[in-house]
Amino acid sequence: MVAQRRRLLAAGLAAVACAAFGARALAQERVIRVTARKFEFVPEKIELKKGEPVVLEFTTADVLMGFNTPDFKLRADIPPGQVVRVHLTPDRVGEFEFFCDNFCGEGHETMTGTIRVTA
Amino acid sequence: MGQAIDRRDFLKLAGLGGAVFVSGLAGCAGLGGAKQEDFYFVQLSDTHWGFKGPALNPDADGTLQKAVAAVNALSFEPDFIVFTGDLTHTTDDPKERRRRLAEFRDIVGALRNKNVRFMPGEHDASLDNGEAWKELFGPSYYSFDHKGVHFVAVDNVSDASARIGEAQLAWLKQDLAKQDKDARIVVFTHRPLFDLAPQWDWATRDGAQAIELLMPYRNVTVFYGHIHQEHHQMTGHIAHHSAKSLIFPLIAPGSQPKRAPVPWDPAQPYKGLGFRGIETELGKAEYEITEFPVVKA
Repeated sequence: MVAQRRRLLAAGLAAVACAAFGARALAQERVIRVTARKFEFVPEKIELKKGEPVVLEFTTADVLMGFNTPDFKLRADIPPGQVVRVHLTPDRVGEFEFFCDNFCGEGHETMTGTIRVTA
Repeated sequence: MGQAIDRRDFLKLAGLGGAVFVSGLAGCAGLGGAKQEDFYFVQLSDTHWGFKGPALNPDADGTLQKAVAAVNALSFEPDFIVFTGDLTHTTDDPKERRRRLAEFRDIVGALRNKNVRFMPGEHDASLDNGEAWKELFGPSYYSFDHKGVHFVAVDNVSDASARIGEAQLAWLKQDLAKQDKDARIVVFTHRPLFDLAPQWDWATRDGAQAIELLMPYRNVTVFYGHIHQEHHQMTGHIAHHSAKSLIFPLIAPGSQPKRAPVPWDPAQPYKGLGFRGIETELGKAEYEITEFPVVKA
């Protein structure tokens, strides 16, 4: 029941993200595709420019994954078989961690990455 | 009262404990209407049975047994013992998960005190929504009363997304509704209920809702695990105390960008590992925490 609710929630979030993407497409965000797989993000380092709007497109072929970057207060579920889009316009320079926040298996705790924002 | 003082004095004189930390509101005599007595319980956490990693713990197959022996060697019999999660190290293999949980249960079966309470951690329960854990240990959230204190075990790990969930929050609300606002309440959980280090996933996604339910109660203390070290923090008037691990310590919350374990120090084996005794006195919402090492120095 909980898993079913989580899947519904994840699907709902993905739908919201897709709708938002459609509305924002005119802003010509740079698209960065990220694969979440056991137990890494590919790429694990994402290079951005301060003030540049981008959309991070997440997919996974494994189990339910998560993307969470507390510094930008952004998170999303990444269900298998869906493209989940997260919009980000970094407002500061620096290195910011992100991680999978849905426990996904033996290597879950090392499933992290870095967003590097330059001026 | 006399026994409590004797016990505390004994611990100090014998040099058995490490740092002693007193939590709560001292001097709140006459709390609640229920019969209240002194008592003492032991918290163990994050034993991670099945972990392999000689650089972090070359005695991973023997540390749990040493902890069991150390608890059995305490000079004062605890009223009960609680394990606050991550009994086993995670595995993607459901059969191996059950095997590790069963081995853990057999090893802690050697505890002399048979009044033992268990809770799951994300390593035990997040990959199968707690299915295997519940087969061996029963319900993953529950409450019980002991000598005038209401204990609540909150499961924030069976959901892989680190949520307590609506159903359990509704149960918690109903459970707390039976308590007076000045009742003594102790919460056991695995992950911190508050945002200790969200960038390290040291948080509970809907933990704020649990804290909100607890806030009207004036005497609440939370004991948890997950972060493999002693840590003490207040959210309003609610005290939160994390316990050491029995496998390897982790570095201090937020001390560097990425979470990391503390390597084994051959010069100081078992350093940073341990368990704790928690004592409370008649009529006080106060908990005296004594940290014990796995092996005597």
